[in-house]
Amino acid sequence: MDYVIEMLGIRKEFGSFVANDNITLQLKKGEIHALLGENGAGKSTLMNVLFGLYQPEAGEIKVNGKSVKITDPNVANDLGIGMVHQHFMLVEKFTVTENIILGNELTKSGIINIKDAAKKIQSLSEMYGLEVDPYAKIEDISVGMQQRVEILKTLYRGAEILIFDEPTASLTPQEIHELIQIMKRLIQEGKSIILITHKLQEIMDVSDRVTVIRKGEGIGTVITKETNPNELASLMVGRQVDFTTVKDEANPTEESLVVNNLVVTDYRGIEKVKGLNLTVRKGEIVGIAGIDGNGQSELIESITGLRKVKSGSIKINGQDVTNKKPRQITEAGVGHIPQDRHKHGLVMDFSIGHNIALQTYYAPPISKNGIIDYGKVSELAQKIIKDYDVRTQGEETLARSLSGGNQQKAIIGREVIRNPELLIAALPTRGLDVGAIEFIHQRLIEQRDKGKAVLLLSFELDEVMNVSDRIAVIYDGQIVDTLQPKDTTEQELGLLMAGQHKTGKDVKQGEQQHVE
Amino acid sequence: MSNRLVNILVPVISVILGLLVGAIVMLVSGYDPVKGYTALWNGIFGDSYAIGETIRQITPYLLSGLAVAFAFRTGLFNIGVEGQLLVGWFAAAYVGVAFDLPMYIHLPFAIIAAAVAGGLWALVPGLLKAKLQVHEVIVTIMMNYIALHTTNVLIRAMSDGGENTGTIKETASLKSVFFESITDYSRLHYGIFIALAMVLVMWFILEKTTIGFELKAVGFNKNASEYAGMNVNKNIILSMVISGAFAGLAGAMEALGTFQYASVKGGFTGIGFDGIAVALLGANTPLGVVFGATLFGALKYGALNMPNAADIPVEIVSIVIAIIIFFVACGYVIRYFLEKKNKKKEAK
Ligand SMILES: Nc1ncnc2c1ncn2[C@@H]1O[C@H](COP(=O)(O)OP(=O)(O)OP(=O)(O)O)[C@@H](O)[C@H]1O
Ligand SMILES: [Mg+2]
Repeated sequence: MDYVIEMLGIRKEFGSFVANDNITLQLKKGEIHALLGENGAGKSTLMNVLFGLYQPEAGEIKVNGKSVKITDPNVANDLGIGMVHQHFMLVEKFTVTENIILGNELTKSGIINIKDAAKKIQSLSEMYGLEVDPYAKIEDISVGMQQRVEILKTLYRGAEILIFDEPTASLTPQEIHELIQIMKRLIQEGKSIILITHKLQEIMDVSDRVTVIRKGEGIGTVITKETNPNELASLMVGRQVDFTTVKDEANPTEESLVVNNLVVTDYRGIEKVKGLNLTVRKGEIVGIAGIDGNGQSELIESITGLRKVKSGSIKINGQDVTNKKPRQITEAGVGHIPQDRHKHGLVMDFSIGHNIALQTYYAPPISKNGIIDYGKVSELAQKIIKDYDVRTQGEETLARSLSGGNQQKAIIGREVIRNPELLIAALPTRGLDVGAIEFIHQRLIEQRDKGKAVLLLSFELDEVMNVSDRIAVIYDGQIVDTLQPKDTTEQELGLLMAGQHKTGKDVKQGEQQHVE
Repeated sequence: MSNRLVNILVPVISVILGLLVGAIVMLVSGYDPVKGYTALWNGIFGDSYAIGETIRQITPYLLSGLAVAFAFRTGLFNIGVEGQLLVGWFAAAYVGVAFDLPMYIHLPFAIIAAAVAGGLWALVPGLLKAKLQVHEVIVTIMMNYIALHTTNVLIRAMSDGGENTGTIKETASLKSVFFESITDYSRLHYGIFIALAMVLVMWFILEKTTIGFELKAVGFNKNASEYAGMNVNKNIILSMVISGAFAGLAGAMEALGTFQYASVKGGFTGIGFDGIAVALLGANTPLGVVFGATLFGALKYGALNMPNAADIPVEIVSIVIAIIIFFVACGYVIRYFLEKKNKKKEAK
C-alpha cells in the first residue's frame, strides 16, 4: 500500500506534559482522512508536527515512503505539504493576489509581476472551483472567501497534501457545503487531505477513513463506511455518549432584555440592524437564527456595549442601558460569551487564572482596595477548570497554549459561574467536541431553569432547534419572525432566514403574535 | 536546559562575548586590552570613591529604565523620558531654590514636584494618543525638544540671564554625609534608596494591584480589555503619567542629589534615551531594570577611567562599551525572539 504521508509513533512533549504519545497516522493518496478527538486531544499539535512547526520527541515521518525531517514550514512546503490554519494568516490590507504570492513572489528583474501571478491564480481557481476576486482586499471579503484564499495559497505553492484544521468551525452552513465540494474537487485532481473537524456528520459525509486520538494517544483508524457517528463518538471519548438534549418546558416570567426599534451601523456607517425588536424573558432561552451578516454581530455588540447604537433603546432588567459602557452593562447583570474568542474573549498572553478574573478583578471578593487577592483568583480558576473540564496543566498556563476548545470552555465557565441574570452566548459551542457541546447546552438550560434569561446566537440550526425555547429569525437587520421550535422545521427556518415569508402570513403578523 | 540555567547563562555568555570582541577592537587599534579592562575594572570598583560614584551613576538609570519599562508594559513606547527627566530636574531644582521650608516638608515637596512635572509632561502625549490616536513616539520626541528649550529659558529667567539656578537649599538636598564619609567624598546620595523603592513600587503596581492588571491587559489586548469593561483610554493616559513620574524622579536625582542645581543645557543628558536600552536589557521587568541599570551605570562610569589609566582614546572606549552593551542586548533580543517564536508556534 502506498501512503503519501506516514506519521509513525509520534510523541510530542511540552515540558512534562505529553500532548502526543505514540500516534500513527497514514494518509493514502487521494483520500480524505479525518482526524478526530476531544478538545485538547492533540490534533492541532500533531498537525503542527507534520507542518514543521513543532519537532517531535520520538517517531518518524515518511513522505512517499522516504523518511524525512520536517524542521520548519518551508521544508513542509517543499515536500508538498500545505496547511490551512483554523485562524487565517492573511494580511488584511493586502489584496487576494498579494496575500497568495506573499513570500513566493514572481519577479521580473526584481519587480513583482502581479499580472502573471493573478493569471496563475485565476487558472488555479478555475481548476478547483475556488471562486475568488484576485484584486479584492482581504478585509472586504467574507470568511468563506478568505478560506478559499488560504487554500489557494497552499495550492499556489504546489501543495499535494492539504491539512485543514477545523475549517468548518467558522463557516456558515452554505459555506460548509461549498467547502465540501471544493475538497471533493481537490481529491479528483489527485490531492490528499487531512481534515480536522468536530462535526461527526461532516466526517461521515466526506471522509474515507478516520483516525481517532484520545488524550494524546492514538486509538486507531477506522474506515468511514464501516462506522457510524455513535461509534466514532464513543471511540473518541472512551465511553458511550448520549446525543439528546433533555430539557423540561420553559417557565418564562418577566422581561429581562427588551430591544426596541434598534438601529445600529457597522464600522463603515452602513445600517446593519434596521429597527429591530426583540424580547427575552427570564426563564427562557431565545435563539437567534439567521445567515451570517444579517446584523447578528452588530446586535450583540450593541447590547453588550461594544458598539454604539444609532437609535432605539435597549433595556436590561428594567434598566435603560442604551449606549452604556460595557462595565455598566455587565453590572446590570449580563454575562457575555463573545463571538470572537481571540479578539474579545481572552488576553492570550495572560494566564488562564488572569483570564478568569478578567470580568471580576476589580471588586470583592477578588480584590479589596485596589489590591488583587491572587489566592482567590487561583481558587476560582481551579474551580472553573474542574467544573468545566478545561484541559490544561494548571491555572498558571498561558491562554495561548490551551487548545482552541479548551480556551472556549474557560470563557464559558467565567461567564456562567457569575450567574448573570441575562446570559448572551454568541456561537458558544464553536470548536467544541460533541461531549463538550452537550455539556455546554446543559449549562445553558440550567441557567434557564434557575430563572435566568439566555440569548443564544448560533449558525447551527440543530443547536438553535434543540436548545432554544423560542427562535427569533433575523434577516436583513430585523427579526422577521419568532417561532416555537416544535412548530417549525429546519426547512421552514431556512426559508425565513433567506428572507422568504411563510405563505399566507406576513412578517408583521408573525412578530405581533409574540408581542401579545 | 532548565529555564533557570538559561536565565543565568545568557547574560553571562553575552558579557564575556562582548568583552572578547571589545578586546579585539582594542588590539586592532593598537591598545592593550588587559590594561584597558584593568582600568575599566578599577574605574568601577577600584576604591570606595569609585564604587560610590558608580552607584550614583546607576541611580538615574534605574528610574529612567523603570519609566520606559512601565510604559512598554501597556504597549506604549515612551521615548519622551529624556524630556520628562529635564522638566523633573528643573521642577526639583526650582522648589529646592525658591522655598524656605523645614526639611521634612521641603525635600518631599521637591521630589514630588519633579514627579508631578514629569507626569504632566507625559500627560500630553498620553492624551493625544488616547483622544486623537496620535502616535506617542512622534509626540514624545517633539516634547523632548520643547522640554530642553523651555527649561533652558526658565533657568535663564530664574537667574536673570545666568546659566544656573543656583544651589538648592540644604533642606531639599539628598546629599549624604554618611555616604560621603564612607566613599571618600564621592557624590553618592540618598537617592539610590528612592530609586530602589520605585523598583518595588513598579513591581507592586504591576503584580498586585487592579491598576496593574488593567495596564497589562490593555497592553496585550485592547479589544478584550474593552470587552471586560476597562477604560482603554484612561489606562493609556495613566500609564504615560506614571511613566513620566518615574522619569521626573530621575531628574530629581540629578537636581537634589548629584548636582544640587539645574543649569542651561546645550543638548540632552542621554539618561532618558539610555533608559530605553536599560528597559530592553531588563526585559521590561522591575528586577531586570535593576540589572540593566547596574550594567549601564557601571560601564558608563568605569569607562571614564580608561583614557586616563590606559591611554585609550575616548572614541575607542565608547566603541568598546557600546560593543559590550550590544552583546548583552543581543543575548536578550535573541532570547526574546526565541521565546516569541516559541509562543507563536504554541499558538494554534
Ligand atoms: N505550546 C504548548 N505548551 C504547552 N501545552 C500545549 C501547547 N500546545 C498545546 N498544548 C497542550 O497540548 C494539548 C493538545 O493541544 P491541541 O491544541 O493539539 O489540542 P486539539 O486536539 O487541537 O484540541 P481542540 O479540538 O480544542 O483544538 C492541550 O492540552 C494543550 O493544552
Ligand atoms: Mg486544535
